[in-house]
Amino acid sequence: MGKFLLVTIQVDLYDRLALNLETDLANMVNKTGARGVLIDISALSIVDSFMGRILGNIGTMSKIMDAESVVVGMQPAVAITLVELGLELKGVSTALNVEKGMQLLHTKVGSFEDEEKEEDADDNSIE
Amino acid sequence: MIIVLSKDAMAIQKEQDVVPFRNRVKEYAVKIGMSLVNQTKLITAASELVRNMLKYGGGGSTLIEVISKGRENGIRLTFADKGPGIKDIPLAMQDGYSTGKSLGLGLPGAKRLVSEFDIKSTPGKGTTVTVIKWKNG
Amino acid sequence: MSVNTSKLLQKERKKILELWMKNQLADDSLRDDLMTNEELRVQSDELLTALTKSVNDKNLSNHQSSDFDQVFEILSGISITRARQGYSPRETGAYIFSLKDALLEVLQDEITDPTELFRVSMGISRLLDSFGVTTFETFIKGREEVILRQTDEITEISTPVIQLWDGILGLPIIGTLDSSRTQVVMENLLQRIVETGSSIAILDISGVPAVDSLVAQHLIKTINATRLMGAECIISGIRPEIAQTVVHLGIDLSNIVTKATLASALKYAFSITNLEVRKTVKTKTTF
Repeated sequence: MGKFLLVTIQVDLYDRLALNLETDLANMVNKTGARGVLIDISALSIVDSFMGRILGNIGTMSKIMDAESVVVGMQPAVAITLVELGLELKGVSTALNVEKGMQLLHTKVGSFEDEEKEEDADDNSIE
Repeated sequence: MIIVLSKDAMAIQKEQDVVPFRNRVKEYAVKIGMSLVNQTKLITAASELVRNMLKYGGGGSTLIEVISKGRENGIRLTFADKGPGIKDIPLAMQDGYSTGKSLGLGLPGAKRLVSEFDIKSTPGKGTTVTVIKWKNG
Repeated sequence: MSVNTSKLLQKERKKILELWMKNQLADDSLRDDLMTNEELRVQSDELLTALTKSVNDKNLSNHQSSDFDQVFEILSGISITRARQGYSPRETGAYIFSLKDALLEVLQDEITDPTELFRVSMGISRLLDSFGVTTFETFIKGREEVILRQTDEITEISTPVIQLWDGILGLPIIGTLDSSRTQVVMENLLQRIVETGSSIAILDISGVPAVDSLVAQHLIKTINATRLMGAECIISGIRPEIAQTVVHLGIDLSNIVTKATLASALKYAFSITNLEVRKTVKTKTTF
């Protein structure tokens, strides 16, 4: 309980890889019983409609598996472009950086787990 | 009047070609000194259009050009496929319309991200999309 | 008898320069406040040397010739600097046209054959006219650059992002929000959010004269982009008439936190970041 998954996307993904990430993450949430998923996209130079959809899917998917998800570290240029593109990523929680994302996850997952607040972050980096 | 300063053609056949193509576009955008936000917009638009070309046109050819008009420099991208073409262009340009399972933001979204957008399509023959992003546009 | 224009001009270069300088110094439009006579002489000498070197009987009638590239380059440089220094177009024009007078005067003295004099004079005259046109073109270009730079500066200055508190940014927007300005506002704001690690941004629109659906759309875009970055956005400074137009236009601001004043927005920002402002009770302190 109280486990968080930390996913750092380090390179721009093509569509198939992004889909793999979605599947892998669903399996990982299930296997580890994680209560929170943190996706760090600070290294992504663009997020297009496909990647946006994947991020949204991960959010909804985690939700129905009883886990919260937060997308962190979006670059300003990426945020401006997404808005212009018409993608608001409704239903996806965001935070400025990993640290703030962790805080947000803690508040979201609930205070009743305060005693075991260990940050057992699994680094599931995708190369 | 538009002057073409350099030309670079690239064929897109499979998904793995997309990221190298985006990087190539970025190289040229950086070369002409485009701001980071405009670079990102251009590359995102390129990504949407390349995906469309792969998905509906079965791949095709792209052309990256550095162009100049008066005191403005810019990048022109051309995406040409020999796919089934688009019957109703105004419909395809509508937000949220998609024949596939996507969000339907590809064409209209890409149009909002660039300075100039042109689409020509003949059903049964193929589709050509040309976009221009000015350095400061 | 045909005259070798190139040789003639090179031989008489000194004399032309003296005449030209005399013309320039005698002219009312001389700006000795902007440039000393010595600098002017150096500048004039450079241009004249380039001209006498490149001109010959062949290209005299063809001023498109690439032989003159260097002359045009020097001339453009001079006009642009003058535009920036604040010369008027007339003063810049007088510079090049006084050279024409000097050249024609020397030609008149040196060439005796009337047909030849006419031919060479016409050529020189045309050439100098095209120089004049270039001068104006570059002069205006120089001015345009000044204007463009100032426009950039104004947009830059008019959208300051200030840190109100640790983690709270303020952005007072003065004037109309159009799409290009929204772009600048958004970029500045998001950049500062990253730099300062702020989680709240307050957009104060007290200084925006009117909010129509387009302005509202720009505001909503800015707010959405801020949210994508993981920061909260509050709009403050909604005047009664603005509230009224927003309702009449049917603009939906229900998903956005709006406050009447910057003070109440700040208060709200404090409360969501668990900060408290208290009045301290003064007690006598001894040192």
